[in-house]
Amino acid sequence: MSAPKTLYDKIWNEHLVTNNDDGTSIIYIDRHLVHEVTSPQAFEGLKITNRSVRKPNFTLATADHNIPTTNRDAGISDPESKLQVDTLEENCKEHGITFLSMSDKRQGIVHIIGPEQGFTQPGMTIVCGDSHTSTHGAFGALAWGIGTSEVEHVLATQTLVQTKAKNMQINIRGELPIGVTAKDIVLKIIQTIGTAGGTGYVIEYTGEAIESLTMEGRMTVCNMSIEAGARAGLISPDEKTIEYLEGKPFSPSENEYKFASDYWLSLASDHGAAYDKVIDIDASDIIPQVTWGTSPEDVVSIDGLVPNPEDERDDSKKKSMIRALEYMGLSPNTPLKEVKIDRVFIGSCTNGRIEDLRAASEIARNRKVADHVNAIIVPGSGLVKEQAEREGLDKIFIESGFEWREPGCSMCLAMNADKLKPQERCASTSNRNFEGRQGRGGRTHLMSPAMAAAAAINGRLSDCREI
Amino acid sequence: MEEFKKITSNAIPLPMVNVDTDMIIPKQFLKTIKRTGLGKNLFYELRYDEKDVPIDSFVLNQDKYKESKILITGKNFGCGSSREHAPWSILDYGIKCIIASSFADIFYNNCFKNGILPIKLDETEVSKLQKAAENSLSFTIDLENQKISYIEDNKNHEINFDLDKAKKTSLLEGLDDIGLTLAKVNHISDFENRQESKTPWLYSQKIK
Repeated sequence: MSAPKTLYDKIWNEHLVTNNDDGTSIIYIDRHLVHEVTSPQAFEGLKITNRSVRKPNFTLATADHNIPTTNRDAGISDPESKLQVDTLEENCKEHGITFLSMSDKRQGIVHIIGPEQGFTQPGMTIVCGDSHTSTHGAFGALAWGIGTSEVEHVLATQTLVQTKAKNMQINIRGELPIGVTAKDIVLKIIQTIGTAGGTGYVIEYTGEAIESLTMEGRMTVCNMSIEAGARAGLISPDEKTIEYLEGKPFSPSENEYKFASDYWLSLASDHGAAYDKVIDIDASDIIPQVTWGTSPEDVVSIDGLVPNPEDERDDSKKKSMIRALEYMGLSPNTPLKEVKIDRVFIGSCTNGRIEDLRAASEIARNRKVADHVNAIIVPGSGLVKEQAEREGLDKIFIESGFEWREPGCSMCLAMNADKLKPQERCASTSNRNFEGRQGRGGRTHLMSPAMAAAAAINGRLSDCREI
Repeated sequence: MEEFKKITSNAIPLPMVNVDTDMIIPKQFLKTIKRTGLGKNLFYELRYDEKDVPIDSFVLNQDKYKESKILITGKNFGCGSSREHAPWSILDYGIKCIIASSFADIFYNNCFKNGILPIKLDETEVSKLQKAAENSLSFTIDLENQKISYIEDNKNHEINFDLDKAKKTSLLEGLDDIGLTLAKVNHISDFENRQESKTPWLYSQKIK
């Protein structure tokens, strides 16, 4: 019998085209997601070198980063954004790639629509010119973000030249306390290992707390693997995975489904497989988390205080803390729950799925958004929006004083009109609190959808369990 | 891609940790459909104030660093978004080599696709080089011999650096990665045939 293998080892072996003499390997790419921001230069490269797209039907494109979340009928008013979206549409037409346009109800954030359409499946290799491609790892697919040169490489060859990463296991042991979600797990992980803690690794998330998550929750955890520096995040496929994918538009047909799911289950990490590094976290220690600074590792529990740089021994760390506090307009030792907010953003590839909107609506139901707060809900896709409306969630939000928007990346990266003004403070369910990320001078606090909704109601950072 | 052999220049000291790609090139400049012209917006929000006026204290705005080809910075450089606009803006500014104690994975790979050499050294060596850079000393980066050299207090200093063989060759020769892979297209076709017989549903998918 061969030695026990991890899920990552198995997927790697299953996609090895050939080993090059220089120690790199050519890895086959099963599926490629394409969006408007990181693809135009890749298609231009193909044109210059007179190359074609090897597998147009393994490629799926949509526009998500640049598009407006209000009044879709008016089209895109920003000429540069419009050019980028139009360029993608033309490129797709020229190369025979399926393009979900802004008016298609299946349109949405690439990482939401891949799983939703069943385009994402266990055991696949999936890439996209977007760092949050790690999201698809929730299905036991090896999925990672690439640059535009590699987008071109995949379009032309359906492969990438890779060196194998190391295996890391992050085990979340035991049961999650009530009111604690996938977002809190992943923020806790990033706080624990740091934003470079996963560099050079593919992380596999294991343990009862991970197994108990829904597919949506698992996607939230895998989504932010990149914020921990990892190349990809993975969760072994199980019955939940199989149930989620059954009957999706791109899923294997009914008569192939049993065969496919048996294959998927066989990819789960073997008992006794060796990891290069193991991290163990007790789920019962996790309470709702928020970020205080300008790096996703600047995480504290909601009942905590803004940290004091004077307590930090490492000099460069101390300097960056001082800078972060100044940027965030926060004083050391302030209780987090006293921090007043101006804006709320619920959405993104991290937390723009139906379960996220349900969690936020539970908090919003029969309550009002604080007078001084502007709060927006941006569903991750047209189908998420439609489902939410079917469940009446839109009405709950609108009655509470939230704005109900059209799907897209929106204020996660603020490439469209949705952005913070300088010094505005935002409770956000997105994934990055970098300086300027949500608008120049804007101040971002990352948290779960329930926590962001609670912040909207109270007008300050709040513990969703106390509402 | 232009080949990388040897460069000599002073170096820009930017002793910040976790510099993310949003900081390197903010989102408003990602709307381009070209690779070029991004250099003037490199580190935009650190470099210009809200009225677009250069901030004198920022290192890129100091005359002595305007022609620098080397950047010396803190750990985990290039974290965050996968945008290749980050290395494009760095290259367009004229920087060909970045020295740090660590780099984020996607950014690191993106550098090699654009003829930029990212060098990893341990933290003590990086801070030594930072000091030398602050004094605007001239550094020579010799890729062939994997060596950084500079003269300080009349003494010649040399630091060796490690680099993956494949990445080194690709920079030295300015190789076309896609062309190299396409030379092995038979392997790719064979793989597809094998995969299709093992997992046929991957090949029969159609949008409904």
